[in-house]
Amino acid sequence: MIATAPVLDIRDLCVDYVTARGAVRAVDNVSLELAKGEFLGIVGESGCGKSTLLFAIARLLSPPAEIASGSVRFKGRDMVTLGEKELRHIRWRDYAVVMQSAMNALNPVMTIGAQLKDAIEAHERMPTARMRERCQEVMRLVGIDPEHLGSYPHQLSGGMRQRAMIAMALVFTPELVIMDEPTSALDVVAQRSLMLQIKNLQRRIGFAAVFVTHDMSLVSHFSDRLAVMYAGQVVEIGATRVVFEDPKHPYTKGLMQSFPSISGPKLHLVGIAGSPPDLLRPPSGCRFHPRCPSVMPQCHTEEPPLYVRPNDLVKCHLYADGR
Amino acid sequence: MAAETPFLLETAGLTKHFRLGGILSNRVLHAVDDVDLAIGEQEIVALVGESGSGKSTIARLIARVYRPTGGEIYFRGRALSQMRNRSEVLEYRGRVPMVFQDPYGSLSPVFRVSHGVLRALRLHRPSLGKSAREQAAVQLFESVGLAPGTEFLGKYPYELSGGQRQRVGFAQALACSPELILADEPVSMLDVSVRIGLLNLMATLRRELRVSFLYITHDIASARYVADRLVVMYAGQVAESGPVEDVLAHPKHPYTQLLLSAVPDPRAPISLPTSSEVAEPPRVINPGEGCRFRARCPYAVAECHVVTPRLRLLRPVHSAACHVATSDLDDVPVPERVANL
Repeated sequence: MIATAPVLDIRDLCVDYVTARGAVRAVDNVSLELAKGEFLGIVGESGCGKSTLLFAIARLLSPPAEIASGSVRFKGRDMVTLGEKELRHIRWRDYAVVMQSAMNALNPVMTIGAQLKDAIEAHERMPTARMRERCQEVMRLVGIDPEHLGSYPHQLSGGMRQRAMIAMALVFTPELVIMDEPTSALDVVAQRSLMLQIKNLQRRIGFAAVFVTHDMSLVSHFSDRLAVMYAGQVVEIGATRVVFEDPKHPYTKGLMQSFPSISGPKLHLVGIAGSPPDLLRPPSGCRFHPRCPSVMPQCHTEEPPLYVRPNDLVKCHLYADGR
Repeated sequence: MAAETPFLLETAGLTKHFRLGGILSNRVLHAVDDVDLAIGEQEIVALVGESGSGKSTIARLIARVYRPTGGEIYFRGRALSQMRNRSEVLEYRGRVPMVFQDPYGSLSPVFRVSHGVLRALRLHRPSLGKSAREQAAVQLFESVGLAPGTEFLGKYPYELSGGQRQRVGFAQALACSPELILADEPVSMLDVSVRIGLLNLMATLRRELRVSFLYITHDIASARYVADRLVVMYAGQVAESGPVEDVLAHPKHPYTQLLLSAVPDPRAPISLPTSSEVAEPPRVINPGEGCRFRARCPYAVAECHVVTPRLRLLRPVHSAACHVATSDLDDVPVPERVANL
């Protein structure tokens, strides 16, 4: 499917949180590939490890979290073994991160322009005039009047702050942009306009994007591929349309059955019984088996592999032997 | 007027303003302006709108957390401002309890979850003895899906998941034998897979215990799922109100139309954005006259800048506050300026 070498190649990545009661494996054997210019959505409930996975990719984990094993190859280099000094070179310039809450991510006592300038100066020497030009350019790119370079974060609305964060991420035209629920603090109208803008920018600039969210319907129109995570593991991955139109894993099916729609017939929905497991004591066998409506005897003892199917990958015994 | 209405709770011209700044400041935040709302017996009314539109302020006004700046709230025809003595207020609070948004912050971590329920029972049903109270608590827990109740009552909040905690919140509200529960975003902090369970619980409680709900949410799809009527708020005012299916099928107010087009729906084809999607927050500090949506409205006419539109009946039991919306057509007519684009 992917012709050229992937921009990002994650192999068997495991991340542990070391606690007094033992290590909690928050990300368990995750393998993902991302082609140039591809938009990958990662969905899952809180505590499924999606944000931890992003932080691991960006090498932003801090104790007690640590990468236990696996590799993250970005442009051919293994990010896991890179030192802080080398990381500083490629951070922001080659890959950028947009955090969840723009309210906390921007410095409240510095103007947007000063913060942009700060970021540029840390990575590149350029004449002041060109720097100003570049700042104005990225602000226009995300649809904010460059006038606001002189504004403080509190003077901007939530949506504008979130777009300012994206402007900062794009200042060096990175090849990979990692986004952790960038729209979760916004109302639906602002959320949609931001999503359209992200997609537009991605098409124009051509960066690859990893987009984490708990809201499946949000990425339905925007991502090329979709990965569904449950209890630290990827349980299903495939083209977004395929996953939506024909979900395979019982968990994905349950998720699809969990949000009501504003159109079509009014259906009675049931959601998924129970709640996500405690990762200190993950269930034996398949981690979803205590909540699964189509549980089989082997699910209690045997962890299913990620079965490769023609259009997708599914971690479920129902799909053994290519069924 | 309110004496013989079939409504359980009614508000008339409900208004709440907050003064900002120092004593010399004349900046006034219009959180809620002139809202008429009615909730019938055994009815679920959904109040939807973006953050800052005044949804929660309305719930707090009804719960008597805030005193209204103007207007009146009638409960079974009795004006709230007329309630003078403590027992009357306590009685009202028991009839109209609240369920909060954050199940992690609304339960005290140092008490067992039985604490809130038992306290509410002691306060609102003083005739019950100790063992009767405990029995009632078990029943309440089981009615919200926390079975076996005896086991759950002894747990601490940290032992429960978010969904279970929110069920405890509902059990506390039910302890006072309520007639109307004010549910302020009760599911927005929960995981997607457990939200629907809580919404189903609301529907069951309505059916079996004959409780009404004011369901406050920003999620129109969930409002459609449980509610009978939809009230859309914008900048402190009611923009549109009517039966859920009718409002969704025939949105009259341009803001409702915008809101509906922005809801991500994987089952619908993607539509192109319009100019009004450039989200400018509305002015609620000293807003002055005129429609508060006019800056974002593609259909705005001269009148919108000077006259605040009032709710007009545009379809049977379905009204909208818009100068341009017409009652005969399904949609707002497209003015020439837009049609030529």
